[in-house]
Amino acid sequence: MLTIATGNKAVAAAAKEARPGVIAAYPITPQTEIVEQLATYVAEGSLDADYVPVESEHSAMAACIGASAAGARTFTATSSHGLLYMHEMLHWAAGARTPVVMANVNRALGPGWNTWAEHTDAFSQRDTGWLQVFVATVQEAYDATLMAFRIAEDERVLLPVMVNLDGFALSHITQSLETVDVGDFIPPFHLPHAIDIAHPRGYGTLTPPDIYFKFRWDMERSMRASREVIAETEAEFARRFGRLWGPTEDYRCEDADVVVVALGTLGKEAEVAVDKLREEGVKAGSMRLRWFRPFPILDLAGREVVVIDRDYSFGFGGVMAHSIRSTTGVEPYSVIAGLGGQEVTYDDIAQFVRQREVGREFWFGVSD
Amino acid sequence: MFEIRIHSRGGQGGVTAAKLIAQAAFHDGRCATAFPFYGAERRGAPVVSFVRISDQPIKVYSQIRNPDMVIVLDASVMDSTDVLAGLKEGGAVLINTAQPPAIEGHPVHAVDLTGIALAQNLVVAGSPILNTPVLGALARLGLVSKESALAAIAETFSDPRNATVANTAYEETKL
Repeated sequence: MLTIATGNKAVAAAAKEARPGVIAAYPITPQTEIVEQLATYVAEGSLDADYVPVESEHSAMAACIGASAAGARTFTATSSHGLLYMHEMLHWAAGARTPVVMANVNRALGPGWNTWAEHTDAFSQRDTGWLQVFVATVQEAYDATLMAFRIAEDERVLLPVMVNLDGFALSHITQSLETVDVGDFIPPFHLPHAIDIAHPRGYGTLTPPDIYFKFRWDMERSMRASREVIAETEAEFARRFGRLWGPTEDYRCEDADVVVVALGTLGKEAEVAVDKLREEGVKAGSMRLRWFRPFPILDLAGREVVVIDRDYSFGFGGVMAHSIRSTTGVEPYSVIAGLGGQEVTYDDIAQFVRQREVGREFWFGVSD
Repeated sequence: MFEIRIHSRGGQGGVTAAKLIAQAAFHDGRCATAFPFYGAERRGAPVVSFVRISDQPIKVYSQIRNPDMVIVLDASVMDSTDVLAGLKEGGAVLINTAQPPAIEGHPVHAVDLTGIALAQNLVVAGSPILNTPVLGALARLGLVSKESALAAIAETFSDPRNATVANTAYEETKL
């Protein structure tokens, strides 16, 4: 059905369509609308789930892990400090192989107190073993959330998935949305190691040095296998519902001399910058990264690359710039822009491309 | 692409007005996005919302700097905010007021949305509802069709007075 919705409402609609058995959540701006909407679905009876209003995000994730271990499909949503408060439990969810699906509405970290978009919250969870996807439209927020359940729960994966959307820029924008009748796209949830009270087993027990590493390797093996599962899931989604998503969204990249790499809404705005630059005779393209973990295999050889980081790793650099450098060998022009919701227009992005100096780092609004 | 900036005060429904306009444009078969700028504003403080309408998919997320049209839901905002900032040459200004101010270089459409809402006693939490009559005014100005404006209102609000005030504003808006 074609309708209109905000990014938050789209995530809630997709989560509802996936029929989770348990939702445990704690509100935080700018995510609150997601769990508010899900609570409404449960209260009005249109979603048959247990909604657990917990006292913190740490507890929200703990409840999701417990419910998932008991064999229930689980969903939660958070943002920024809420995500950081979950940090310990994020490692636990991945290590316990509980395929929780979570929306993270990307928001800057305090102090200074700031509720606007930034990706440092998600990137600071990059080593937890969660898959992470970043979306840029209301439609994509919906589609990615639906696919997240199928990917996470695939027995070749059994790792949690985080769907990231930019705070306010996407969470609160109204755009068109085509909802789908999901049918059997998401198979019934079957956790092979689900708690079975008829056959008691130990969970999270002491795991000594001679076997612990095997569990870690098994997580990485699943993370590697997830590439194939993601590709299969995206292909099946396209077959059923007509929209094809991939590891990146490439725009006018085929013959591009210079490629702008960004995530989220900035990656969409970059497409407008590309059109402007093309009019000036600059052969520009845009490559919007969708998957951050597993990190996509990119082909950027022979191109100049401008990476926009809406994040920063202090004493190191932009996380995306370093990720691109280390995985492709391409030395980018690193732009730090959009922190804490800083306005970045397509004109600004076009200017980043014009002024590019390979190997340099540029802080928008600071070093110009 | 047609870009609109809406000036209002927190609690007056400017954000919902933006959504309703996008919804109506969507019913007209066009692409539209609506988004507020959430600052540190609270109830009563000046707030800004944005609407983009286009026949092509809209990829721009940044704020509107050079609107084609400005809507002022609360004329008192004009005392502290330059509502004309960046407005394109000849860009129209729609103001909720019974006394239209003269603005050089811009066509001014004045309509007493507050009076229209009060006449129907359409008041929620002490604030007259402005976002449904403003849709009627915009339909009169040809931005969205009247049918789509009424459809967007009906989908959002159950109180039939919202359609009544939209119709009244449609009649009272001067081209």
